[in-house]
Amino acid sequence: MTIEEAEPVRPAARSGGARLSMRTRRALWVWGFLALPILFYSVIRFYPTLDAFRLSFTDWDLMSTPEFIGVENYARMFGDPHFWQVFRNTFAYLIIGTPISLVLAFTIAFFLDRVRFAHTFIRALYFLPFITTASAMAWVWRWFYQPAPTGAINSFLGQIGLTQIDFLKSTTWALPSIMATAIWAGLGFQIIIFMAGLRAIPQTYYEAARIDGVGEWGILRKITLPLLKPTTVFLVVFASIGFLRIFDQVYNMTTNDPGGPLGSTKPLVLLIYQTAFSSYDMGYAAAQTVVLFTILLIVSLLQLWIMRDRA
Amino acid sequence: MTAATATAREARPLPMARLRPGRIVTWTVLFIGGVLMVTPLLFMFSTSLKDAGQIYDLRLIPEDPTLANYFEVLGDGRFLRWFLNSSLVAIAVTLSNVFFDSLVGYTLAKFRFRGRQFVFLAILSTLMIPTEMLVIPWYLMSANFGWLDTYWGIMFPGMMTAFGTFLMKQFFETVPDDFLEAARIDGLNEFAIWWRVAMPLVTPALSALAIFTFLGNWTAFFWPLIVTTSSELYTLPIGLTSFAVEQAIRWEMIMTGAALATIPTLIVFLLLQRYIVRGVMLAGLKG
Repeated sequence: MTIEEAEPVRPAARSGGARLSMRTRRALWVWGFLALPILFYSVIRFYPTLDAFRLSFTDWDLMSTPEFIGVENYARMFGDPHFWQVFRNTFAYLIIGTPISLVLAFTIAFFLDRVRFAHTFIRALYFLPFITTASAMAWVWRWFYQPAPTGAINSFLGQIGLTQIDFLKSTTWALPSIMATAIWAGLGFQIIIFMAGLRAIPQTYYEAARIDGVGEWGILRKITLPLLKPTTVFLVVFASIGFLRIFDQVYNMTTNDPGGPLGSTKPLVLLIYQTAFSSYDMGYAAAQTVVLFTILLIVSLLQLWIMRDRA
Repeated sequence: MTAATATAREARPLPMARLRPGRIVTWTVLFIGGVLMVTPLLFMFSTSLKDAGQIYDLRLIPEDPTLANYFEVLGDGRFLRWFLNSSLVAIAVTLSNVFFDSLVGYTLAKFRFRGRQFVFLAILSTLMIPTEMLVIPWYLMSANFGWLDTYWGIMFPGMMTAFGTFLMKQFFETVPDDFLEAARIDGLNEFAIWWRVAMPLVTPALSALAIFTFLGNWTAFFWPLIVTTSSELYTLPIGLTSFAVEQAIRWEMIMTGAALATIPTLIVFLLLQRYIVRGVMLAGLKG
């Protein structure tokens, strides 16, 4: 076996008795290639997943030994009004943010797809925010939202004679203000994906519809949108997951009172961060991550269910 | 479907070509929208060139532009350190992903062996697990092994990804078996076949994977925030946050810091725009 290993495989070796040893040799290569990755996925992905479930049934402050307390963390969470506030916030980001960003992205992609003059340049303008660092841009937006004379938006409102808005200090305005930053940051990606989806629609469909006298609006409703369904579903799921996991913008725009004012902007991931790494309530934080996992799992399964006839 | 896709792209006429005024309006609106999209970036750069006395003057072109803020921010060396940390982390993780994701993707695409489907589904299933669920166990693991506040601690969770593996598997499936078989007959070993024959055939996918992994790790925030505690180990996004908190209301300094954190990604984008956009499309359609 070892001697053969060193020998180059000659065409002659591919027939008869040598066949089995070649298969064994191939299998050795395969498992050799996979050995380190299997170790990695076991230790860095699967074990921590199980560990998170296990921890969610314990009470642990990092110092003492973890104590098994059954479902007490979950009972505590579901009885905690603060958790439900965070839960509502998280879904507010999702339910308002996803449709707004998708409608904007589709409209822009639809028209940008037809533009030829300076196409690459205009596309770059829309795409640029997507590749910037979220924490850096959060600070730029935070500056925009300051009261006049510091903040550009309020200075502008003042100049045209409107009342100023306490963007980040008001419990009504803070969440939409942060959400706008997140929509802005993700828009470029969605536009590019929509444009790729639009270009994948065969041109003959449009020609046939035009010959049949279908108008632009009819083409959009009867051809473009239905054929774009896989792209749209992908983007809905992608954007939903993004909003459900929102963190960078919220953390950076509310550093003086993370998730404030009065918890009105706090999403689930920020709550998890604080429970684990400010309060060191590891078991409770783990239970919160299990809730996040469950929500994300439902979103992914919904996608699979909607797209089931395509597989 | 794929053949139709290819032709649809080339043969697209201009549906609005007939309506000239309409086209001009569309273009103008899109252009204004695009300028609005980059307005935050323009204001950031503009303010970074103003001194403290000018920041309430919201004109885009500074009256008396100065690089003094940049000298002050770069002066104490922390930004340079964070920049190097981010580069080191992002490059190491990218190299690891390009190597391992494509090795695993290739193995799953081009070998038939018992357990193949199981390994594939196991790796794919990790896509369902959010990072946020893993950070607490990772943190405990890092504390046990002494990985907290180390480069390895920042890097280890991302050394391989299911997304990259899946992407590469899709592309290796398009490589004809005849090429690999020919190399086998020439006496190349399996590793050399992968590295010297198969890999050069999937360079578009490799560059997409590399760009994504690099940008993703360059801008990563959540895990580096948790695992690093000393300023010497901060990556650029974490360093910027700590810097901005410390500067409080010195917005010209904060904007300079934000600009310094943004400039590298802008340069990468300007140099690689074609590949980045193509990569996003590629990953979005395949993924």
